[in-house]
Amino acid sequence: MEELVVIGNGMVGHRLVEALRDRDTGHQWHITVVGEEPRTAYDRVALSSYFDGASAQDLSLGDLTGPGVDIHVNERATGIDRTARTVTTASGRTLGYDRLVLATGSTPFVPPIPGHDRDGCHVYRTIEDLDAITASAQGATTGVVIGGGLLGLEAANALRLLGVNAHVVELAPHLMPAQIDEGAGALLKNLVDELGVTVHTGTATTAIEDTPHGGGHRLVLSNGTHLDADLVVFSVGIRPRDDLARAGGLDVGERGGVSIDDTCTTSDPRIHAIGEAAAHRGTVYGLIAPGNAMAEVVADRLLGGDATFTGADTSTKLKLLGVDVASFGDAHGRTEGALDVVVNDAAAGRYAKLVLSDDATTLLGGILVGDATAYATLRPMVGSPLPGDPLALITPEGGAALGADALPDSAQICSCNAVTKGALCEAIHNEGATDVPALKACTKAGTSCGSCVPMLKQILTQQGIEQSKALCEHFPQSRAELVEIVRATNTATFSALIAAHGTGTGCDICKPAVASILASLGGGHILEGEAATLQDTNDRYLANMQRNGTYSVVPRIPGGEITPDKLIVIGEVARDFHLYTKITGGQRIDLFGARLEQLPAIWSRLVNAGFESGHAYGKALRTVKSCVGTTWCRYGVQDSVGLAIRLEERYRGLRSPHKLKSAVSGCARECAEARSKDFGIIATDQGWNLYVGGNGGFTPRHAELLASDLDEDTLIRYIDRFLMFYIRTADRLQRTAPWIEALDGGLDHLRDVVVNDSLGIAHELEAAMTDHVAAYADEWAAVLADPDKLARFVSFTNAPDTPDPTISFTTTREQPTPDTPLNLGMPTHRSKEAAR
Amino acid sequence: MTTAPTQPATWINACPTHRLNRADGAAVLMPDGRQVALFRTLDDQYYAVDNIDPFTNAAVISRGIVGDRAGEPTIASPMLKNVFSLRTGQSLDDPAVQLTTWPVRVHESTIQINTRAEQGTP
Repeated sequence: MEELVVIGNGMVGHRLVEALRDRDTGHQWHITVVGEEPRTAYDRVALSSYFDGASAQDLSLGDLTGPGVDIHVNERATGIDRTARTVTTASGRTLGYDRLVLATGSTPFVPPIPGHDRDGCHVYRTIEDLDAITASAQGATTGVVIGGGLLGLEAANALRLLGVNAHVVELAPHLMPAQIDEGAGALLKNLVDELGVTVHTGTATTAIEDTPHGGGHRLVLSNGTHLDADLVVFSVGIRPRDDLARAGGLDVGERGGVSIDDTCTTSDPRIHAIGEAAAHRGTVYGLIAPGNAMAEVVADRLLGGDATFTGADTSTKLKLLGVDVASFGDAHGRTEGALDVVVNDAAAGRYAKLVLSDDATTLLGGILVGDATAYATLRPMVGSPLPGDPLALITPEGGAALGADALPDSAQICSCNAVTKGALCEAIHNEGATDVPALKACTKAGTSCGSCVPMLKQILTQQGIEQSKALCEHFPQSRAELVEIVRATNTATFSALIAAHGTGTGCDICKPAVASILASLGGGHILEGEAATLQDTNDRYLANMQRNGTYSVVPRIPGGEITPDKLIVIGEVARDFHLYTKITGGQRIDLFGARLEQLPAIWSRLVNAGFESGHAYGKALRTVKSCVGTTWCRYGVQDSVGLAIRLEERYRGLRSPHKLKSAVSGCARECAEARSKDFGIIATDQGWNLYVGGNGGFTPRHAELLASDLDEDTLIRYIDRFLMFYIRTADRLQRTAPWIEALDGGLDHLRDVVVNDSLGIAHELEAAMTDHVAAYADEWAAVLADPDKLARFVSFTNAPDTPDPTISFTTTREQPTPDTPLNLGMPTHRSKEAAR
Repeated sequence: MTTAPTQPATWINACPTHRLNRADGAAVLMPDGRQVALFRTLDDQYYAVDNIDPFTNAAVISRGIVGDRAGEPTIASPMLKNVFSLRTGQSLDDPAVQLTTWPVRVHESTIQINTRAEQGTP
């Protein structure tokens, strides 16, 4: 086995290790990675989402440590001995190599102006930098970002999210000079100004000094003015980390960076350099796509391949402060004789430019600001003949409407991972990738920035792949389609629906799904008549089935607020029925170990004491957690308990595709953990911030900000719309996070529907919720009042009160816990466990 | 494979037909202490299989969802959603697992189950 040492564990180093590990099936290489950051590689491109709720864990690209791969974090390489072929590290390690890869990245450039190193001056590169900026922003009112490039605007947005007034100072005459032209820059400045970020272009910072009154910083500008600020973020460019290479005697580029050839090899044939540390033909790329391409080339070369890197697409599409900005191909029209076609609609906030060849037939590049939906179609067309009138392509509908059909096989659909339309078609036809997840897995297309996902769908359709959305073998329709059918036809029963629109008698997949649809569209009690036989395990007896066939009972405790009298009732019921009690994760009390036939007696006691069903058994709203808010807390800014109770009582009993949880925090300290909920609310000085799409479970996700500073009535209107839209359009058992992800346009589209009513259905969604609220009745009280429903709650039809003989308990920590069920009656056939 | 306890084949009363809805199930306690899950399908066929789920040993099969797979009448265990044929008791997910079945009949509006199980019904 040969030794590969990789210096640097950023995105590009990670990509190299991942690619090599996946393809090195003969175990030719043992890989050692040394990285100086205290954690393994993370998504630096998405760094700003750290301010929008993502945790370091969310950003992580995953730890590749495993057989054949050792990763040392917190370990800085200090020297390369090319003769001995060793790398030394700060902790005294010496690592021998057969091949070495420099993936050391870059450092933010801090101009040597006086005062650049004062406290409260930051750069924007690592998670530690972001933590430092967050700390400086505590109590700060004004922040200045020096540098109006792509990262500078992200930093400005970060300041905004931290509640700091943000200014941007840019030396060039307009923002993002590397990517866009003056016209686009002017529009971008307008759009950014509207968001409360003040932009100062065409001016340099000449010094940072004390303000006359002593507190904070005064930035002296070259235009004769000054800016006072509490913190400063430098974002004026990067410098390749080539110090190890220089010390080791490797060739470096004129403007820095380790010189590499088309095989990504340095002047030492055993050493490669990739990413922002490398200079290819003198160019240092500050983007992820070229770095990934270099990593792939080196992985291929290490395994004897002949891949080359011959330059990279520097196209970018971003959403900066909520403004779409895209630049692709020869955006600045530097090709000899290039022609421009420009639409500059300042009133509508759109700028679009196409750069064409001198005969106006071939697309060379372009710029889009304000609306970049055409990017996915236009960028792959660079170098191809135009399919029509260029002006038509950049009208609001033109470019987006033009489909995948127009593209040649050589068109690069995913520029982040260099995947062509031809490669996607091959994956579809030869590797059986018939949906978007399979295409992602096969080709990596759509796995980085995701802007090409709509194109992936188009290509699947164009290649004749019908995406199956059938609910199960009995219904060819998707859940969302069944919702529409039920609404349009006023179908009230499963039998009628399957007779008219399905086949067979149904199953454990379609029956509960249809039961849920009928219930959320106002179908009456879930145990009424035929509906009783449709319900999933827990809904069948309005309690949660546990491993020994007994049930747990969870009365509703809205917002977690409960009186001493009610607490005593719960204690008495638990004692009298010999139930195990536990506080749940959702601020309620779980009573375990009730036998089926005991449920009515238990609930009768609870209902008499004023409790109602907590729907812990249903795909329905569960809890709305709360902190104590302004009533008790020294830090609270709003009444979180009052709001949590109002929300829980409003949405109780609401059936949905998956269980729903919520929480309300009374201040930014977030004690209710609202951002791990399907909808979470956090108080601000001005009102309430609404977050959506937080999920626990198998794939945990933090909720993202949907709308800010809402008054309570607006907040409730938005939640009504959000929940009803989810109920109507989600797939069976689809949680809110994957639902939002699967929406075309994702969170932005959701915001458009919920906040801007872009589909014109807001009123209807609200009306549906009003109906739900009006029709709510406690499910358990209704069971207790109806002998037909009560008749279901028996142990045996021929011995209604005989307890199930297989159930028994032992005592653990003074409480009953289940024995492993005794298999009395012993079926004659072996169980799965016994068969093994 | 063990054999059924030796006893005369007799029919025991489970419940009146009106107590078991279509596409629903109920548990029945047999004289020998065994538990049977009794089902009625949409087309009024009656079936009886073990009430104990062989994958978890919990006595809950009667609380599952009645349906069909490609026309074969089925019951899905509520515990881990394993699906069994109501006709044969065969697990449709694991060829090694099968539920015992019992003969069922309706006698003067009463559903009756035969105490002698049809073991290994094909």
